[in-house]
Amino acid sequence: MATIYIDNKPYEVKDGRNLLEVCLQLGIDLPYFCWHPALGSVGACRQCAIKSFKDENDTKGRLVMSCMEPVKDNIRISVNDKDAVHFREQVIGWLMTNHPHDCAVCDEGGACHLQDMTVMTGHSYRNYRFTKRTYRNQYLGPFLNHEMNRCIQCYRCVRFYKDYAGGKDLNVFAAHHHVYFGREKDGKLESEFSGNLAEVCPTGVFTDKTLQSHYTRKWDMDYAPSVCQGCSLGCNIVAGERYGSLRQITNRYNGEVNGYFLCDRGRYGYEFVNSVHRIREPAIRPHLNGTSSKEHIIRHVAAKLKEGKVIGIGSPRASLESNFALRQLVGEKHFYNGMSDADHDHTALALKILRDGPVPPAALHEVEKADMILILGEDVTNTAPMLALAVRQAVRQRPMQDAMREIHLSAWQDAAVREAMQEEKGPLFILNTFPTKLDELATRVQRDAPENLIRIAFQVSHSLDAAIPEVPDLGEVEQMLVNQITDALLAAQRPLIISGYGSGYDAFMKAAANISGALQKKGKQPMLNLTVPECNSLGLEMLGGHRLDSAFDVLLHGDAETVIVLENDLYRRADKHKIEAMFRYAKEVILIDHLYNQTAEKASVLLPAGTFAESDGTIVNNEGRAQRYYQVYVPKGSVQESWRWCLEIAQAAGIHRLNGLRHLDDIVWAMSIAVPALEPVQRLAPHADFRIAGQKIPREPHRYSGRTAIDANKNVSEPKPPDDPDTPFSFTMEGFRGEPPAPLIPFFWAPGWNSVQSINKFQSEIGGHLHGGDPGKRLLEGNRNGEITYFLEAPEAYVPIPGHVHIIPVYHIFGSEELSMHTPAIAQQAPDFFCIYMNPEDLHQWGITPGMWVNFELEGHAYVMAAMPNNWLPKGIAAINAGLPQSPVVDLPQFIRMGGDAVSDNIHSSTF
Amino acid sequence: MERPLTQHIAFPPLGLRQYEAVGGYQAARKAVKHMSPQEVLDIVKESNIKGRGGAGFSTGMKWSFVPMNVSGPKYLVANADEMEPGTFKDRWLLEGNPHQLIEGMIVAAYAIQATEAFVFLRWAYKTAAAEIRKAIQEAYDAGYLGQKILGTDYSLDLHLHTGVGRYMCGEETALLNSLEGKRATPRSKPPFPQVSGLFGRPTIVNNVETLSYIPHIVNKGAAWFQSLSHTADGGTKIYGVSGRVKKPGAWELPMGTTMRELIEEHAGGMLDGYRFRGALPGGASTDFLVEEHLDVKMDFAGVAAAGSRLGTGTMVVLDDRTCPVGFVHNLEHFFAQESCGFCTPCREGLPWTEKLLWAIEQGEGRAEDLALLASHATLLGPGNTFCALAPGAMEPLQSALKYFRDDFERHIKEKKCPYHTYT
Repeated sequence: MATIYIDNKPYEVKDGRNLLEVCLQLGIDLPYFCWHPALGSVGACRQCAIKSFKDENDTKGRLVMSCMEPVKDNIRISVNDKDAVHFREQVIGWLMTNHPHDCAVCDEGGACHLQDMTVMTGHSYRNYRFTKRTYRNQYLGPFLNHEMNRCIQCYRCVRFYKDYAGGKDLNVFAAHHHVYFGREKDGKLESEFSGNLAEVCPTGVFTDKTLQSHYTRKWDMDYAPSVCQGCSLGCNIVAGERYGSLRQITNRYNGEVNGYFLCDRGRYGYEFVNSVHRIREPAIRPHLNGTSSKEHIIRHVAAKLKEGKVIGIGSPRASLESNFALRQLVGEKHFYNGMSDADHDHTALALKILRDGPVPPAALHEVEKADMILILGEDVTNTAPMLALAVRQAVRQRPMQDAMREIHLSAWQDAAVREAMQEEKGPLFILNTFPTKLDELATRVQRDAPENLIRIAFQVSHSLDAAIPEVPDLGEVEQMLVNQITDALLAAQRPLIISGYGSGYDAFMKAAANISGALQKKGKQPMLNLTVPECNSLGLEMLGGHRLDSAFDVLLHGDAETVIVLENDLYRRADKHKIEAMFRYAKEVILIDHLYNQTAEKASVLLPAGTFAESDGTIVNNEGRAQRYYQVYVPKGSVQESWRWCLEIAQAAGIHRLNGLRHLDDIVWAMSIAVPALEPVQRLAPHADFRIAGQKIPREPHRYSGRTAIDANKNVSEPKPPDDPDTPFSFTMEGFRGEPPAPLIPFFWAPGWNSVQSINKFQSEIGGHLHGGDPGKRLLEGNRNGEITYFLEAPEAYVPIPGHVHIIPVYHIFGSEELSMHTPAIAQQAPDFFCIYMNPEDLHQWGITPGMWVNFELEGHAYVMAAMPNNWLPKGIAAINAGLPQSPVVDLPQFIRMGGDAVSDNIHSSTF
Repeated sequence: MERPLTQHIAFPPLGLRQYEAVGGYQAARKAVKHMSPQEVLDIVKESNIKGRGGAGFSTGMKWSFVPMNVSGPKYLVANADEMEPGTFKDRWLLEGNPHQLIEGMIVAAYAIQATEAFVFLRWAYKTAAAEIRKAIQEAYDAGYLGQKILGTDYSLDLHLHTGVGRYMCGEETALLNSLEGKRATPRSKPPFPQVSGLFGRPTIVNNVETLSYIPHIVNKGAAWFQSLSHTADGGTKIYGVSGRVKKPGAWELPMGTTMRELIEEHAGGMLDGYRFRGALPGGASTDFLVEEHLDVKMDFAGVAAAGSRLGTGTMVVLDDRTCPVGFVHNLEHFFAQESCGFCTPCREGLPWTEKLLWAIEQGEGRAEDLALLASHATLLGPGNTFCALAPGAMEPLQSALKYFRDDFERHIKEKKCPYHTYT
């Protein structure tokens, strides 16, 4: 700690920080642009100038940039000094010489850091009378607008895009007052994290293009704290709505999870909420036209329940509450988890490793601190994108610490630290069949058949602990790699092992468990991060439920007649034949879901479910962190939370298991009793009766406009706002205007801070935790004292089977996830046609030329795919895109027969 | 009068053998074979030679900040990116005696135990590039460069790098960024290049004139160096005069030669029909000095006391028939164009001053413009901007406002440039 004097007042502050951070943390408003809490300082904008004095007798002082000055004991500075105030005002004056003053037509207006800082410095009179420079803007793809004339050259965009996120195609061009930030030529930005530019940019150069297609000002939206449903990481988001449609997703800071950033799938994948394919009213076949009333349909479903023989199929993309409500509705014995069997096996294994194993799961912010990383069979950029961003920060750790020690730098001295460490990277080893985007950072990359990679990983665990059997017949090169990895693991303090579902091979995770367990035994502090397929896979697994396969069996055997399906397109979960058979055997299929999908087409009853934006619920991310998302707005039609449908049906059917439960808190309470592992969910956030100064927390900013006019065409009297019995939020502007508890922050705003930069005001330390701790509760902490149970069986080495290819899945950030594909901007970037990737030698062997259509059979279905050569695939291995709307739904990996040694009759190829 | 730096200048320059014949490479031999790095450093420190690039920082002091106990590469860079308007002294040395520079670099590199050295040369100096390239090759062939120099354990590689013509690269950290292949933007100090310079390694950047002096100091000692000067700042200095004088040029003279001597004796006085109004004593980025300062001794302290900077020591003379407003506008146009665009005050402030000066020159000036210009001169001062480019750009402006205020006011009042007779 150090004592510093700001305008002659002493403050106790932490060492190692810069003065800008210190001032912001003390609540002193100091304007800035180029500094960003995650990007550090470079001293470019000169906006945060303050006066620094030699001692108390120095009355003159000198201007310094607070972001570039470290805290020193007994220093004396002034924020209010008139020279400093004048200089800060003039910096805005300079920036305004070229800024177009087009706030009224700018998407950033009202949430613009430049506006806020301009007002903060008091610059209001313009004395520049010459022309402004103008730029040509670029097309940057479907995610971002580009309006360079607004640019104030703070350099944040390139510093985020290139330095932080590893992007290559955004750069700074030209010099002096013609400096230009953009691409070499027009074109889609390649980084998966490009959308963050809209938040990193302090003004309206980079703005959200999807927002623009249904634009609304920040102050005119209803907001709620939410959690991304795009993958298993559970990044925190703020969702904003107006006129019944979801308009925008922005980052919701969580110091433990996503920090300041989101991936593009998470930011842009929201538009399914506004889809024309939404189910908005309950319907019953054959009258799908809505001729039946809601009451009638509920009575119908209740009658089915009373008849018995009802099973429920849950969903890894539905909340704990909805899954639990369904489980209680049909009875635990009749609840099936709704994951594909492969996903279920995978998630169950991940849960077992994380719950029973000795190594606790690593949160994203812990991943960033790892000093050695081993990635086993997972292309995280495509399966858990923000994990890739965290890995990018982690590989900087070791060289950064060295540089900081040798040259006496602090981490915030960004340019100096990067200069000192050059291209040095900490140890990162990637074992993956396909190339991944992170390979460019890796110490070593090994590409081979999955079995062979798993064997290397097992051998690493053997060399850490002889209790794990040696892998026989490992090649010399492989053994050298094993030694290199082992040495790096042992040299590290906080090694991290990443694996997951993406390869389809569970043995990768077993090897990861072995390695981390053995390291733990050696007294290291290893970390483990295992991806799971969906946003609530792990939560659902903790809740339980039978395998999906057995659901088909009970239907086929007539032990069940009615199926209630929760937020699930079964056609994505199992083979089409099985689903078709199920529909044939089931007398009644009741679907509670939000989108009209293949399952909905077949279901006899449709009940419209709320999406994440229209419901309250809890999901559990891949590190076992339970997180609450809140309803943003009351949807049109009869849409409501799936758990609420279950409660209504239960009431109608007189199901005692759900008796007396009406609201979110009730169901969470019942769940905590029924499933002890989920008990902490009860304490996740303040309950619905929470009030501050007797008031609810408003979802609408206090500047929300036009509310008396919105419905004036129907009635001149303003309607009563909807009630919210489930949460402490109100659907109005009225309520408590101060800072709510961290789990209940609907949007970031503070007086004078209208942009997302206001996050500073909500943190207990800049870049640290939110006041009162980050939201969410970890349900898994590993079993530190438990016995280590190793997985002992490594697979045999891979041998191609003549006449067959072994198919493995490939995931795509844009395309493999079900719901985000309803955003046109995302669908546009998915792989545009369906293909099977094969080793060029294999193609040659079967007489297939690249681009030819290949017919083959998979689990009894005929598929036609375009053959594409891929040099990375070992002989005999093919890959297909997973999760695309046209993708075959089969458990992968799997062998398919290709006929004899040459092109056989089974293969009908033709050029297209 | 001794002229150590320029005594052997020739066009074309001396080849290696000729250079050796006049005593060349004796210092390199002496230093590398018979002196410890510390001894070389000590003698340079004792001489108190100050950097000839403009800032005037003690060279020995600068070298002494290089950590000697670190492993891995260290670098020496000769700053030959001479782009200060009105300055052509380094060009004389580069084209006229490249071996002298190379020898100085070998000695300097040895003193800091650099493993690699670079000449960062201004793009436009084509002749110099050819001569340096030739000289480097000769030095390699003679064993002064490369592995195990002169049979010792010391090795050094020397490379020529030609820049792309940015004034910014005269600033040593921007030069280093440019040399690394990055944008020529300056770096924040600390860390200083001596600790984290080229590619993040300890690095010394010295001006051509400074490095060219090193062999002479090593050969003849610190006391000799001090004795060359009229003042406390030792040595000789290459002074230059440009503008409407009879014989513009550059001369090596004792440090502390007066402005009057330079203009009247060496430059032959003003052209007939022109009167001296003022001069930028050390290049475009220094404050005007006027008639009353003609007897100021041109050394670091003397020029500073008169309110300007010695800078590069090459003065630009303003005469009575050239419009000071147009003169300063021309300078600000240059500086605005050469701003790297990294920090706000320089990037946005310089074009603004340029536009104001142009407006005044065109007769479109307003009374309040002078206050605006004056406020820029203050606000773009040292410390307020990221590097010294903008403060340097403000020096001629602020002094012009001080000494030639009447001219500015006449422009605004008469709504035209009084120097333009054709209107």
